[in-house]
Amino acid sequence: MASIQLQSLAHRYPSAPDYALRSMQQTWSDGGAYALLGPSGCGKTTLLNIISGLLRPSEGRVLFDDIDVTDLTTEQRNIAQVFQFPVVYDTMTVAENLAFPLHNRGIARNEIEKRVADALQMLDLQDRANDRARSLTADDKQKISLGRGLVRTDVQAILFDEPLTVIDPHLKWQLRTELKKIHQRFQHTMIYVTHDQTEALTFADQVIVMYEGAVVQIGTPQQLFETPEHTFVGRFIGSPGMNVLSCEVDGSDAVFAGKKFPLNKTVDASASRFELGIRPEHIKLSAGDGMPLTVTALEDVGRHVIVRGEIEGAALSALVKDGVAIPQNPYVSFDSVHVNLYADDYRVASGRGD
Amino acid sequence: MSIQKVQNNKAWFMVLPVLVLVAISAIIPLMTVVNYSVQDTFGGNEFFWVGTEWFQEILASERFHNALLRTLLFSGLILAIEIPLGILIALAMPKRGWGVSVCLVLMALPLLIPWNVVGTIWQVFGRVDIGLLGHSLASLGIDYNYTQNNLDAWLTLILMDVWHWTSLVVLLCYSGLVSIPEVYYQAARIDGASRWAVFRFIQLPKIKRVLLIAVLLRFMDSFMIYTEPFVVTGGGPGNITTFLSIDLVQMAVGQFDLGPAAAMSLIYFLIILLVCWVFYTVMTSYDNDEQSNGGGAQ
Repeated sequence: MASIQLQSLAHRYPSAPDYALRSMQQTWSDGGAYALLGPSGCGKTTLLNIISGLLRPSEGRVLFDDIDVTDLTTEQRNIAQVFQFPVVYDTMTVAENLAFPLHNRGIARNEIEKRVADALQMLDLQDRANDRARSLTADDKQKISLGRGLVRTDVQAILFDEPLTVIDPHLKWQLRTELKKIHQRFQHTMIYVTHDQTEALTFADQVIVMYEGAVVQIGTPQQLFETPEHTFVGRFIGSPGMNVLSCEVDGSDAVFAGKKFPLNKTVDASASRFELGIRPEHIKLSAGDGMPLTVTALEDVGRHVIVRGEIEGAALSALVKDGVAIPQNPYVSFDSVHVNLYADDYRVASGRGD
Repeated sequence: MSIQKVQNNKAWFMVLPVLVLVAISAIIPLMTVVNYSVQDTFGGNEFFWVGTEWFQEILASERFHNALLRTLLFSGLILAIEIPLGILIALAMPKRGWGVSVCLVLMALPLLIPWNVVGTIWQVFGRVDIGLLGHSLASLGIDYNYTQNNLDAWLTLILMDVWHWTSLVVLLCYSGLVSIPEVYYQAARIDGASRWAVFRFIQLPKIKRVLLIAVLLRFMDSFMIYTEPFVVTGGGPGNITTFLSIDLVQMAVGQFDLGPAAAMSLIYFLIILLVCWVFYTVMTSYDNDEQSNGGGAQ
């Protein structure tokens, strides 16, 4: 297991006009569970393949425990990776699949047997040890892919590339719990690529949000929710995402729809664009207090009702608990502690509270 | 309320044209052969019933045994050379870039040449007086003559078939290889697999089905080979390259022994059918194995 450092790392595919990954500086600690979260095409998989050595970065260095591994092959880096689609060796049994990476590394037979037995138990596959791997279901196959990493006691990190894509929804949750357990028990450095925020937030201690080839925020699930550093993070995390409303700045106040929201610092007004971010969870509806909202739609999502509407032409969503009456002509007020101010998409200040 | 199931038997009429065509092209000719195989004639369109006599005669004849052995040996050698060679070439072919189309065209070329032309090419190619191969070997001081030396005749025929048909194995294997997702190779690199392990545990299992088809096609074609050896060696020197098909034609057209020839072609047909059945069983048992074990979605 190792800490992972990325130094001025960037990547451009040959003949591609633009960078797939923009220059980044990252240190991920030993034994951490990280999730790389972002929409399709944001460079998550590219970054993962660079870490595992399947791809050589066009710029910058990759370090494991302060040792430069940029020029090392995948085998030399000693990485385990689980792919989007389960990879099993069809002609081998489950046990043989698990033993394969150990055989290739010339490990003694009795040691292999011991480790394979351990892995089978960990993955709850003991009953199927002698079955042909190709006869398993997709989730069991994915367990084998993971198991081939777990049998190697000395792996530097285990990487996951959207591993639950082809798994049935009810098994996803189960597999994720097992992953979490394995992480707690063995403290492998784990990096988990996904575009599903639920997966990322439940799996990882630290979530790395990527957007257009750049890391826009690293933080705990709570930080991502409460203080999104970039409007993209606000929109991407949460359901529905954060409301991002065009606003103006007046000294240490943000001004939206004629109403002032006090900020925790004075903001330099030189940015070209200011936006105010407020989560639907932090908007209160009432019959006559605040800004008038023109309701355009109501969506009942079970425990909540999403109220969609407009204030002076700006679209806005608010969450109302199921069972709470929605006034005929509602007014909205923002919980001003939870307001964030964005200058050109990056957070510059947050709300001070009244 | 009951549901009335409408029976419409008109569909059977649609099958009729196919039945007629198959009858004319396959069943009736085959029955003619069966008819000849159990009768004897002394000309003048007079036939006598002889029962299984011709079959017994053919099955007991040394001439048939020798031709059968020669044909089996030829097919065995062809498979032993063309299958591994085809796999090797397919593995060496580029997977992307401009090289792909160049290689595919080069591979397809021998397959586009008509059988008898292939025979003529090699007949000339091997001639000691004017052929490039024969003359070159002769100038190197190697005593090569496919019209007189048994071994040389065999070598020439095998070399010709390898040249003509290895491409088919290559193309089939190549199609299997390019359909293997890249992620398998990535997983193998992560598992530290050697080149041999990649071939043994990823590539070979994934091309197994197309490989079985390649084996089946190459067996049938080589077992029935006629035109090329007929043009190159004419079955000689002596009878050393007289395969079943050449022998059969000599008997039927050369000697006009219709009865024995008909019996022999039926036996020949049954041997091929038997071998095809073996291959078919192997292929479907492989599939069944997968299905019976499989809840696997992938």
